[in-house]
Amino acid sequence: MEKGTEKAWDILKDLTDPELPFLTLDDLGVIREIKRNDKNHVVTIAPTYIGCPAISVIEEKIASELKKIGISPIIEKSFSPPWSSDWISENGRKKMEEFGISPPHPRKAETIGDPLLKDVKCPQCTSYRTEKVSEFGSTACKSLYRCLDCKEPFDHFKCV
Amino acid sequence: MKSNTADMVFEGLLRIADDNLILGHRTSEWCGHAPTLEEDLALPNIALDLIGHAQTLYCLACEINSRYKNEDQLAFLRLEHEYKNLLLVEQENGDFGNTVLRLFCFSTFMKYFWERVKVNCCFKKLKEFSEKAFLETSYHSRYASQWVVTLGDGTDESNLKMSNAISNLEPFLGELFNNDDFTEMCSQNNFLPEPTSIFDSWKNEVEAILQKGNLNFPDIILKKRGGRKGEHSEAFGYLLSDLQYMQRAYPNSSW
Repeated sequence: MEKGTEKAWDILKDLTDPELPFLTLDDLGVIREIKRNDKNHVVTIAPTYIGCPAISVIEEKIASELKKIGISPIIEKSFSPPWSSDWISENGRKKMEEFGISPPHPRKAETIGDPLLKDVKCPQCTSYRTEKVSEFGSTACKSLYRCLDCKEPFDHFKCV
Repeated sequence: MKSNTADMVFEGLLRIADDNLILGHRTSEWCGHAPTLEEDLALPNIALDLIGHAQTLYCLACEINSRYKNEDQLAFLRLEHEYKNLLLVEQENGDFGNTVLRLFCFSTFMKYFWERVKVNCCFKKLKEFSEKAFLETSYHSRYASQWVVTLGDGTDESNLKMSNAISNLEPFLGELFNNDDFTEMCSQNNFLPEPTSIFDSWKNEVEAILQKGNLNFPDIILKKRGGRKGEHSEAFGYLLSDLQYMQRAYPNSSW
């Protein structure tokens, strides 16, 4: 953490994601860096998906929260390195499961082109007898699964 | 950036952005009409990705050319001949099979395109963007390939529909791999890869998937072209009138 950015981190760490309101942006690893130049704070965020419609809402939230403590930030998007589901914190993964979303697998080299290779656990009954229904779930970052034991459908956060 | 370099980067960004915007718009037409609920989620999600790619690229283009003040101006307020997208992406969707086959052909091309930009591109912001774009286009290609195999290897009727889709799209595939003076300049300046350099990787993958679906790989020769010069087919005018309606009727409107 760069010196003089503690206040900004402090206020941004509790901001929640508009599409996954039980997770903070910090849990998701979306806020990458806060730097200071002469006049401004520069906040770098890594979009989970390039076309994620939540991004503009996130930018507005960051700006309005920082404005409260007298900072008008420059917000920059970063695609390199691309956002990875490995950046989701342990706590974030736990919260996801509690809210019925199966968290992503850790990314390993061999799973890059094929992120759904691994077994997926049902967040309702913990069974591994599950099957993929669709590559895309309710948002671009999730795919749709169903449990063959408890029969419940559920979202699985994609491994990217 | 020198002015002739800026012109090159601007035009190059427009070509890619326009392809993504127009295919994104076509794909979004499926919203509420897909054959199953799952596909009704999948196709608009892909449309969102494609339009997101276009938006980011238009923003980069606006940074370079001050004539356009924001991405909406580029997306919604240009005239027909100012769009530089391929004829392939502007064609009507046809049936679901035709839609997924076109998506497969295009996203497989873009996957290899971004893979090359990742390795070599003099424009740093595009090089960074390509890392993320590569992952997303790979996902689209894989999604679409599964449908191509499922439908091709399905019933006699679904196989026939996929064969028809191949005949239908075949005249437009050559333009994907067409080098022109501009693409040669881009490649000489280490900006973008030459389209022909992508052909072999693309063919290997597309041919293997078609074979799995008991479908024949078509002859790819240059037949219909013009999109890169702003010469479009009839379908494009109807598409634009729909795409541009809000900004034309309510200029500068925003959310």
